[in-house]
Amino acid sequence: MEELLSVQNLRVSFHTYAGVVHAVRGVSFSMHEGEVLAIVGESGCGKTVTSKAVMRLLDRTSAKIDPASSIALDGRDMVRLSKRELNRLRGKEISMIFQDSMTSLNPTMTVGRQIMENILTHEKVTKQEARRRARELLELVEIPDPGARLENYPHQMSGGMRQRVMIAIALACKPKILIADEPTTALDVTIQAQLLDLLKQIQKKTGMSVLLVTHDLGIVANFAQRVQVMYAGVIVERGSVRDIFKAPRHPYTWALLSSVPGRALESKSELYALRGTPPDLRLPLEGCPFADRCEYCMNICRRESPAEMPVGEGHWSACWLCHEMAPAVEPPTGIGGGSHGGT
Amino acid sequence: MWKYILKRVGYMALTLFTVVSITFLLIHSIPGDPFTSMVEDLPEESRQIYLEKYGYDQPLGVQYLKYLKQLLQGDLGASLRYPGRKVAEIVGEYAPVSASIGGTALVLGVALGLALGILAALYRDRWPDRVIMVVALLGTAIPTFVIAAVLQYALTVTWPLFPTTGYGTWKHMVLPVICMCVSPLATYARYMRSSVLDTANQDYILTAEAKGVSQFRIVTRHILRNAILPCITMICVSVAGIFSGSFIIEKIFAIPGLGKYFISAINDRDYSVVLGLNIVFTGLYIVSMLVSDILLMLVDPRLRLSNDK
Amino acid sequence: MTQLRAEDFTRIGLSEGEGEVLSGVSLTYLQDAWRRFQKNKVALAAMVLLILIVLFTVLAPVLSPYGFADQDLTCRNQTPSAAHWFGTDALGRDLFTRVAVGGRVSIAIGILGALIVAVVGCIYGGLAAYFGGQADMLMMRVVDILSSVPNLLLVILLSVVLNSSSIPTLLFAMTVTSWCPVARLVRAQMLQINRSEYVMAARVMGVSPLKIVVTHFIPNTISVIIVNVTFRIPGFIFNEAFLSYVGLGVAAPNTSWGALASAAQSSLLFYPYQMLFPALMIALTTLSFTLMGDGLRDALDPKMRR
Repeated sequence: MEELLSVQNLRVSFHTYAGVVHAVRGVSFSMHEGEVLAIVGESGCGKTVTSKAVMRLLDRTSAKIDPASSIALDGRDMVRLSKRELNRLRGKEISMIFQDSMTSLNPTMTVGRQIMENILTHEKVTKQEARRRARELLELVEIPDPGARLENYPHQMSGGMRQRVMIAIALACKPKILIADEPTTALDVTIQAQLLDLLKQIQKKTGMSVLLVTHDLGIVANFAQRVQVMYAGVIVERGSVRDIFKAPRHPYTWALLSSVPGRALESKSELYALRGTPPDLRLPLEGCPFADRCEYCMNICRRESPAEMPVGEGHWSACWLCHEMAPAVEPPTGIGGGSHGGT
Repeated sequence: MWKYILKRVGYMALTLFTVVSITFLLIHSIPGDPFTSMVEDLPEESRQIYLEKYGYDQPLGVQYLKYLKQLLQGDLGASLRYPGRKVAEIVGEYAPVSASIGGTALVLGVALGLALGILAALYRDRWPDRVIMVVALLGTAIPTFVIAAVLQYALTVTWPLFPTTGYGTWKHMVLPVICMCVSPLATYARYMRSSVLDTANQDYILTAEAKGVSQFRIVTRHILRNAILPCITMICVSVAGIFSGSFIIEKIFAIPGLGKYFISAINDRDYSVVLGLNIVFTGLYIVSMLVSDILLMLVDPRLRLSNDK
Repeated sequence: MTQLRAEDFTRIGLSEGEGEVLSGVSLTYLQDAWRRFQKNKVALAAMVLLILIVLFTVLAPVLSPYGFADQDLTCRNQTPSAAHWFGTDALGRDLFTRVAVGGRVSIAIGILGALIVAVVGCIYGGLAAYFGGQADMLMMRVVDILSSVPNLLLVILLSVVLNSSSIPTLLFAMTVTSWCPVARLVRAQMLQINRSEYVMAARVMGVSPLKIVVTHFIPNTISVIIVNVTFRIPGFIFNEAFLSYVGLGVAAPNTSWGALASAAQSSLLFYPYQMLFPALMIALTTLSFTLMGDGLRDALDPKMRR
């Protein structure tokens, strides 16, 4: 598989009246053709900022991408592209769908025009042709009566249908990468499942890569192939879905998995609630960002931040527990995985 | 939609009726009658004749009903001061003057204000924004009559480019138009700037950016259309204000417009004219509110459809 | 990486209680708002300027050797000098004193007008929201009708009808319909808060209605009202100036900035400074209130921050 997107040492900071918030603190990852990569983490961990940074959609006045970062899409560095060059890529090679379909569609433009806009921006086609394709796209996202729906305004549609329109817009120019930022969070549970199935099916059909940003582990298990867990602006663990769900190695991942209600039910254990709050992102981090909330915290965790350590084939964890000198600990009951210290 | 408009027209009639009644009551509660203040030492006998002739000797209720009947027949009444002069004629004669000056000023003020507001928002926090906002702030803070005074002093006395007062040629119009367009210019610039910034922060602008739509197209197609919607109501209110809001300028520049006439009618205690003009002003105001609602429905699909149901 | 030792890997676990401490400094709403306001240098400067203007109007007449109505026909229409800082008018009255006294009237009308409008609007809007249903419908219809009357027109009409130029009359004429927007605002705000999850939560938990009003409704409405009132004050000062300018406002012997500007109008060509000082004061005061209002809005409602 070819490497499509490669993010190296991404750092993003926001300048607010309360100080400089370092939202993303050195994130590196890459995506291959046709794969589904998930970024999970609690709100405020920097996952959305990361995804918006990849699209270069962050507000230019307040958000700063560190110049040492690089975001290479097919060999072109998104950080250093001009606006015009960026616009040529956005919507064409890489596109994005957002969480809230209520506010993400222009209320005074018909959905047909909003889909056509994408096609007309990137391809030299006639309006009739763009219209025909917009209709096909609505069919693709399984909206009934697509011809009539083209003339609808967003408020005339249900939340699920609007999100389908968002997908249609994103897919209009057959992008190589689709970034989906909490694509189903704002929807009812039943609609969530339908929409997720649709996304999966389209992904299989088109073979595009999907960067899935979510806090919902159920969606991740269902859809993604690789997972990276983010906490306080850094990636703390990464691996295949199997690695993360069956043999997680980072205490934060354990905590995340233990807080899923379904799991607690299965293992008859008490539902786990992670204590405390994430660190203040305005302050420089000393040691491991999770140290304050970690039951397994050691002396070194407060002093030095752990590097990513390989713990298996394609599986890394940024935790001192994975160091060869660390004592062996048992993950909480119900969380799969072997003991530490020697796998 | 039609049902909604019909309902609105009904409310309009109710509003107009209320305003007519209140004005009528207010005017008739002024101590004394118009004839005493008109001519000093009016002999009691002739005063009685006047009172009878205009029906002022009858009970207030009867006068009120008579007036309503007259209004329903489309008659706005006639001047007490200058017998034979109908209110409708007065409107016909003076309204065009007010409209020509007020209308020019409004078009200029709104157009420039919107344009400057957009410009300020696009250059947010850079020097064009700061210059425009300082000018707009001064425009809202300096009273019109001060601007008028300064202009009169500078451009008619120091450099006599324009006539001080009066009405007739285009040169007469320049100063009053400038004075009258300052306030809308400043208001719309401030309002439009914040409206554009507000719209630019909406999620759907992010969607458009994610599509790779050019900055120019985002501004023209996505931001401006949505940002200008809330201004429509304001513009319609301003249109109504052309006649009722220009008293001061018309007075300062001695422009024979409706506003100036209204003030002198008040000073002359020419009640029937005051009453008639008041109805005209209010009617105009209400109609422009209705027009603004209909316009909004036409341009904003959300309103159009929610009223269909 | 430095040499790691065995004791580095001693488990210390969770220190009790530590995890619950918020690492950011937490401030109360008002402290936070005040901090934001202070950061806004323009708004702060406007506030200082306002205080100076108010001090001037309060102290100048006391300190000045001239009474505001004292005529001295020997020194009429004098240009500003050491004896008369702002010059004198056509009757030889000291303009420095008169501008200060007029300022008292103008500022008082501005603040009182805005306060009256705020109080009436709050009560009316609050009651409409409280009763709801038919009563609310009726009350709001009245507001609709009242706000359809052109404001300036009504003020002029009323000041003629009431045939008096005292300040209370003027205030009545100016506030009689202008409370309507505040009533709408308060009602909308109340209904919005009433629908909010936190009020519902408080109800479900059995918090007393009075306590809900005190802890939820008032704090969440007050900021909107404060900002609105601040923005309304210049409007009242302006309207008073207009009315006085066309001779329907404050009458002699009282005076206001508008009345002073009006008096200066006839001799503008010869004595422009007579217009300059009252006009400058009006402009500075309204400017300061507007800028302070901007600052307050940004400080009290971070969401509205531009």
